[in-house]
Amino acid sequence: MSKETLLEIKHLTHRFGGLQALTDINVNLKKGEIAGLIGPNGAGKTTVFNLVSGFYVPSEGDIIFKGTRMNGLKPHVIASLQVGRTFQNIRLWSDMTVLENICISQHYHLGYGVGSALFKNKKYRENEKKIHDEAWQLLERFNLADSALDYPKNLPYGIQRRVEIARALSLQPELLLLDEPAAGLSTSDLSDLITYIKWIHDTFGVTIWMIEHQMQVIMSLCDSIQVVDFGKEIARGTPEDIQKNPAVIKAYLGNEEIS
Amino acid sequence: MTDKKKKFLVPSITVLVMLIIILLAKVGVINNYYQTILMTICINVIMSASLNVVNGYMGEFSCGHGGFMAVGAYVSSILSLILFCPGNSITGHALLPPSMAIVAFPFIILIGGAASMVVSLLVAIPSFKTRDDYLAIITIATNFIITTAINNIPIVGGSRGLMGMKTTMSFMAKTVSLPWMLIWGFVFAALTVVVIHRVMHSTLGMGISAIRYDEISAEIMSVNTNSMKLLAFTFSSGLAGVAGGLFAHMLGFINPSSFGIMKSTESLVMVYLGGMGSLSGSVISAFIFTILLELLRPAQILKWVIIPLMLILIMQFRPEGFMGPRELTQVFPRLKNLFAPNRNLIRPIAKPTEVRK
Repeated sequence: MSKETLLEIKHLTHRFGGLQALTDINVNLKKGEIAGLIGPNGAGKTTVFNLVSGFYVPSEGDIIFKGTRMNGLKPHVIASLQVGRTFQNIRLWSDMTVLENICISQHYHLGYGVGSALFKNKKYRENEKKIHDEAWQLLERFNLADSALDYPKNLPYGIQRRVEIARALSLQPELLLLDEPAAGLSTSDLSDLITYIKWIHDTFGVTIWMIEHQMQVIMSLCDSIQVVDFGKEIARGTPEDIQKNPAVIKAYLGNEEIS
Repeated sequence: MTDKKKKFLVPSITVLVMLIIILLAKVGVINNYYQTILMTICINVIMSASLNVVNGYMGEFSCGHGGFMAVGAYVSSILSLILFCPGNSITGHALLPPSMAIVAFPFIILIGGAASMVVSLLVAIPSFKTRDDYLAIITIATNFIITTAINNIPIVGGSRGLMGMKTTMSFMAKTVSLPWMLIWGFVFAALTVVVIHRVMHSTLGMGISAIRYDEISAEIMSVNTNSMKLLAFTFSSGLAGVAGGLFAHMLGFINPSSFGIMKSTESLVMVYLGGMGSLSGSVISAFIFTILLELLRPAQILKWVIIPLMLILIMQFRPEGFMGPRELTQVFPRLKNLFAPNRNLIRPIAKPTEVRK
């Protein structure tokens, strides 16, 4: 593949005090692909995401996104560089309407300051209108406009997941990090989620990197998969390779066959 | 009624009511005692609404609001003394002629507010890293730092206090005979409500509320939480400074002990009584609280048994305060007809490129 590299992680190592959480992780995400990051619980997958989205500063190594070194940047700066993410446990602002949730995520291109808000000048009105128009447009595309003025806490769990993904997309990300999008969904919802993620990937042209435990989701979506265990990479390759890899089967899946 | 007319409905009613009260005060129907109560209400509205920005909207726990009020009160008092009080303790003579007082007064108050904005950095910068109980301790500490500092500055009177601000007020009344204190009380209270409403309901200000619900996801969604905290703290303290300036000029005498932890607690009580994150709640509770204090004045010391007891009962049976996090228009939806609707909240008839089934 001769596609352009979007995210490159080189020799990423992270320690929490004396605990070695990650050792020498290397990642190379191509533009437009769907990649998976899997591993047993506590393997350090979410730590990788937290490092990429800026919650921790890596102990060693580099995170390069579109040629910019992102180590040590604040999470909101990284967000404005167009990296969106969702969380394992839904973290919407549950007491603000869905529309407000989407609008607040436009903070990176507000285009006005406190002064404009005080005087409600033309700049303020134009920008507010633009932000709201974009939010409505996004909600229409996600078929969520009916619940735009509802509070997420009153919405069903499946819809909350979709709102969270929509919120991440309101950053107009080039890279979308999905942390266990299938967590808490029933098996019957899984195929729905798979088509949903595929739809997002195709319509928004976004590169997706996801952590997931549901093999069904990973195997049917990902172009490439990376497996970590105890903070170390143990395998990488296409879904077919991973399914056959003895190291993965041993470390991650025990002795069971992958169905 | 068209939306355009509706936009002016509530503001014009408010202005009309204020004008009537001022007129009544001018002709003497409303005596000095009631004027003082009205002014106290105005000051308390500013105090509770501004504290609500930090404690309600942002969800932090600031207990040092009295300290910022002190900064505003002292800075504006000193300015007012230097500029207009002949024979003051600082310069010895007035720098400006008495007729200027009428013009300079609002600026004196605003400079007091600006000064407490600067001092609020003492709280805002630690708040980048600390939260909750720890930040509460920092705010209490700030309150003590401010009052103790003032106590130990002899030029502003130390613990004996500062007086003479009434001179400015009497100069203003001499130039144009109006109840000036009441007018500026109304103006600043109304402005506070408008300003807080505008900032907190803009997408920018909603970033502050996002911190309250989930700070981590706010950061992830491109909200610069540090600058939001800075905005919330300086904004809220600046308004407290304005309230302090008005308070100082209303009483004509201030000393550091008026701005101790009791003052901060009083503001906290009003915020929690009204409901966190509810602007109308904090305005209503400022009214109720001030009037209650006045009504219970005959009960003397028993007042401090009755009021805390009422608080305990309210917190027991209505822990979210009068309004909870809602505004008056959400509690009584009919009131929405009085305001022009926000067009941005109406679903546009969009032509989406592709709709997900």
